[in-house]
Amino acid sequence: MPNTLGKPNLEIFADTLLMEAKKDSKIIVVTSDSRGSGKLVPFGKELPQQIVEVGIAEQNLVGISAGLSASGKKVFAVSPASFLTARSLEQIKNDIAYSDHPVALVGISAGISYGQLGSTHHSIHDFAVMRCINNMTIVAPADNFEASEVIKQAVNYNHPLYIRYGKKPMLDIHSGKTQFQIGKAIIIEEGEDVALIATGETVQRAFLASQILKENNINPTIVSMHTIKPFDSETFLNIAKKSKIIVSIEEHSEFGGLGEQCASLLAQNQINTNFKIIGIPDEYMVNGSQSDVLDYYNMSPEKIANTTKSLID
Amino acid sequence: MTSHSKLLKQKSIEYRKTILEIIFNSGAGHTGGSLSCVDILNVLYNSVMDISPKNFSKIDRDHFIQSKGHSVEALYTVLCDCGFFQRNDLDTLNQFNSHFIGHPTKKIPGIEHNTGALGHGLSVAVGLALGLKKDKKKHRVFTLLGDGELSEGSVWEAATSASKYNLDNLVVIIDRNKLQITGGTEEVNPIEPLSNKFESFGFKVQEADGNSIESLLNIFQNIPFQEGMPNMIIANTVKGAGISFIENQVSWHHKVPTQEEFNLAIQELEENLKNA
Ligand SMILES: Cc1ncc(C[n+]2csc(CCOP(=O)(O)OP(=O)(O)O)c2C)c(N)n1
Ligand SMILES: [Mg+2]
Repeated sequence: MPNTLGKPNLEIFADTLLMEAKKDSKIIVVTSDSRGSGKLVPFGKELPQQIVEVGIAEQNLVGISAGLSASGKKVFAVSPASFLTARSLEQIKNDIAYSDHPVALVGISAGISYGQLGSTHHSIHDFAVMRCINNMTIVAPADNFEASEVIKQAVNYNHPLYIRYGKKPMLDIHSGKTQFQIGKAIIIEEGEDVALIATGETVQRAFLASQILKENNINPTIVSMHTIKPFDSETFLNIAKKSKIIVSIEEHSEFGGLGEQCASLLAQNQINTNFKIIGIPDEYMVNGSQSDVLDYYNMSPEKIANTTKSLID
Repeated sequence: MTSHSKLLKQKSIEYRKTILEIIFNSGAGHTGGSLSCVDILNVLYNSVMDISPKNFSKIDRDHFIQSKGHSVEALYTVLCDCGFFQRNDLDTLNQFNSHFIGHPTKKIPGIEHNTGALGHGLSVAVGLALGLKKDKKKHRVFTLLGDGELSEGSVWEAATSASKYNLDNLVVIIDRNKLQITGGTEEVNPIEPLSNKFESFGFKVQEADGNSIESLLNIFQNIPFQEGMPNMIIANTVKGAGISFIENQVSWHHKVPTQEEFNLAIQELEENLKNA
């Protein structure tokens, strides 16, 4: 059965948050001239008492969110992932994570969603910097189902949380048959010998790559590793022990993200599989639309399939 | 009107045509903010600053940092006219593998600093002006900020350093178009009384009509406004200036014209050119 094309995860985020906020007046959204990009204009119109606008001031956004949380509010701080996780990093580290305020930091238009706007607007550093902040949970939902479930769980999540959203329409990968739980990887398909581990919007690309591989009689296991931290090591290691080849795919620097997390687990558990990280290399990045750039950096379904095959041969 | 200001007025209209063409052809761009600041760039590059493709590689020249990097289409247009690169280079805007992207980068001849994340330019300009001053150089540093951008705390941190070091070789221009993405600056996050704020931070502040060539020519002649003090020009502008249906509309922050809107805009500009 072909998978249908859903909406952008960002829209699902905004719709879900509005639904939840209508039921729970403690929910407050904080924006930094970012409600348009965050698809939150309807939220602002329908629940003007539940939105706080700080202007173009991302550090202030995070600090105020910590304070609102201290006053008992359930806070969603929404700003482009690039600025939120770079400019406000000290506020995130001290005022949110160290002080343990259960604020949901929502990074919108993450990865290279902003395409031609260039490196100032890309967030290919966010997994890395957020991973080494103690007490921070990191989630990158793959499809509309995951995008909506994570928000429902975020409302009553008791710790700091970073959620990363892209803005392109996504294929419905799960068709709602599965369970979503922060911290628990989803096995989309169980195969043999080969595993593709992806996160966020690259899950769709891994999924399409697996269809190419199947045409070549290779049946990979495909995993949506939506939670980058705390990492579901158990599921990963179970798969790793059964696999001869593992490929990780992420819309992020090759450094400090999903791939290096996998590599560390493989090495520390003496698992000697053929392993490859696909991510953005350390170079002056090529410019273009999100999909052209991802394709260029070996994340087209064809190139993922080819990389996987090259590890077999 | 002098022949020089008449020439600049014509250039401003031509520049607006180019801005619209490159945004329309490439399918992306910050239309409103480019149109509001293009007269400022016009006067700076064609009348005020000692900066050209010939001296660009040297430190002994004036310097310009566009902190509101998203209005890069205006900057590209003016740099192209000043001979930093050719129009066919510019026409690669937003194509795969082009260095002409939606924010300024030093890969483009004539661009001094990579910007795009708001609230960085003033600190860098302060550092540059301080370095020039330490070496007793006479050249100046100009920087252009958006008014929404002023919500970033870093702007105010930089402002304290500018006055601490008496940077009268620093010229800060605010594109005061009164709009940002979500709405009016005074609704989103009020910044008035703006000129009092910067005065209390140690700036000498003057206001100009940022879409009037004469007003701009006039104000830049008075720099430094006062010895030992950083200069601030609040340039009152209209976002989308020069094209009637784009003017003062929040929705045009980064809207791309349809074919019909594009034709209408070009028509309006050509009419204006006839009368200029
Ligand atoms: C640090 C940072 N936060 C957010 C943005 C997104 N952004 C781009 S333009 C803009 C509005 C800018 O408004 P203003 O400074 O008034 O510029 P203008 O009206 O001249 O376009 C915003 C929020 C950004 N580029 N950088
Ligand atoms: Mg403005």
